[in-house]
Amino acid sequence: MRAIAEGLVTEDSPPHLIGGRERATGRVVFPCPGADTFEPVALSRTGTLWSYTIQRYRPKSPPYSGPEAFRPWPVGYVELAGEVIVEARLTDVAFEDIRIGMPLELTMIPLDPEAADPVMIPAFRPAGAAA
Amino acid sequence: MSGDVCIVGVGIHPFGRTDGLSGLDQGVYAVRQALADAGIDWPQVQFAYGSSDAAGNPDTMVERLGLTGVQFINVRNGCAAGGSALFSAQMAIKSGEFEIGLAVGFDKHPRGAFNAMPAEYNLPDWYGEAGYMITTQFFAAKIMRYMHEHGISQTSLARVANKAFRNAVHAPHAWRREPVDMETILEAPLVSDPYTKYMFCSPAEGGVALILASEKKARELGKPLVRLKAATMRTRPPKSFEVFAPSIDIGGGTATATRIASADAFRMAGIGPEDIALAQLQDTECGAEIMHMAENGFCKDGDQEAWLEQGRTEIGGALPVNTDGGCLACGEPIGASGLRQVYENVVQLRGDGGGRQVPGNPKTAYSHVYGAPGVSAVTILER
Repeated sequence: MRAIAEGLVTEDSPPHLIGGRERATGRVVFPCPGADTFEPVALSRTGTLWSYTIQRYRPKSPPYSGPEAFRPWPVGYVELAGEVIVEARLTDVAFEDIRIGMPLELTMIPLDPEAADPVMIPAFRPAGAAA
Repeated sequence: MSGDVCIVGVGIHPFGRTDGLSGLDQGVYAVRQALADAGIDWPQVQFAYGSSDAAGNPDTMVERLGLTGVQFINVRNGCAAGGSALFSAQMAIKSGEFEIGLAVGFDKHPRGAFNAMPAEYNLPDWYGEAGYMITTQFFAAKIMRYMHEHGISQTSLARVANKAFRNAVHAPHAWRREPVDMETILEAPLVSDPYTKYMFCSPAEGGVALILASEKKARELGKPLVRLKAATMRTRPPKSFEVFAPSIDIGGGTATATRIASADAFRMAGIGPEDIALAQLQDTECGAEIMHMAENGFCKDGDQEAWLEQGRTEIGGALPVNTDGGCLACGEPIGASGLRQVYENVVQLRGDGGGRQVPGNPKTAYSHVYGAPGVSAVTILER
């Protein structure tokens, strides 16, 4: 698997997002900043939806590197209990079924589903939705 | 310096799209109008602060206005650029260094949504590659959470847009001056749920100039005294939820740069939200106006649903909000947008609002901008 950036997810299977815990305060952020005042920490793979929207127009390139052919996609903020609220795509859910508070779990999806060797980005799907 | 800093001249180049005129041209147009309004000539201007995000260096306008050797400082500060120019100008007078000067802002953006790059905001490249450097996404996610927590309906969002276009009919400097009915607003295509295309403002063009003077100088000029009682600019506090946020602290999302800029402005002015007669609140999308009503202290979270239904923020209501149609109807030229709000407040306090004039001889007016990556600027004017 080729993740969109190094240091974003662990190499376990299934992977975890890598957050940063501020050494002085214990506050957790995502992604992990390069500064040595933060230590990398594997974040929980499950959480609940905090908020979301549907991206209905193609973002400008650069910086967007998704496919030219655009289909709207949902993006959400997912609360990982006791850790941090992270931003990520939502997947495997119909737009009209998305609800704030719904339980979710981490997965990885291709940025361009048509690509032969796609770059993978973190996404959350309804918990227990897939085998 | 004794007394208040006063605004003695205002000028504006109409917002929207003006082909063939650069952003700087529009700034110069506004400056000339403001000089005429103040009854002074360019050589009398002792200093200037100019803001532009995408239309070049403001100080280059000296070539057009006159090579008087005037001190001219450029300001870039995201959506708070205009507010920052104004803040700096009033400090220059408050310090006693100068008696009269200029705050000017102009811009001219390409069509379509703003296109920010991650590195400009200290964010990793992947964040942009994945499609998250999108201001509309943030604003949509913020209001989605707010609607869920505080019972705000999509109808309320539409009421804000409907009011903006109705108010703009009477504002010659506004861009979109045709009323749009509620059904059209609600049935339009979604841009980022829950917002339809009428619920977002667009990047645009325009220029605004304000001449500021010490109270002593203002009296000499014989202008009505519009006093700048407070001008603040603040950055984000801990646990805030701001534009371009890959993560938010647990329990976050309610503390904002706006809340602290607002609280500090009220403290400086020595008055409270209940003393304000009209307000211009950053409304880059409908929900922003709604959330900013509460963040600036004008109502409690959730009260907006009733406020809008009862028309309390209409021109004739208890607290008219965005009397010229705001960003929704004027568009957002970043460098000029915050100064447009102050321009509109001066017009209102002078009683020159024509068809959009707030009745009852208003004495106080409030302005507020907000932008990436969590900056806010507030002013309070008093007549």
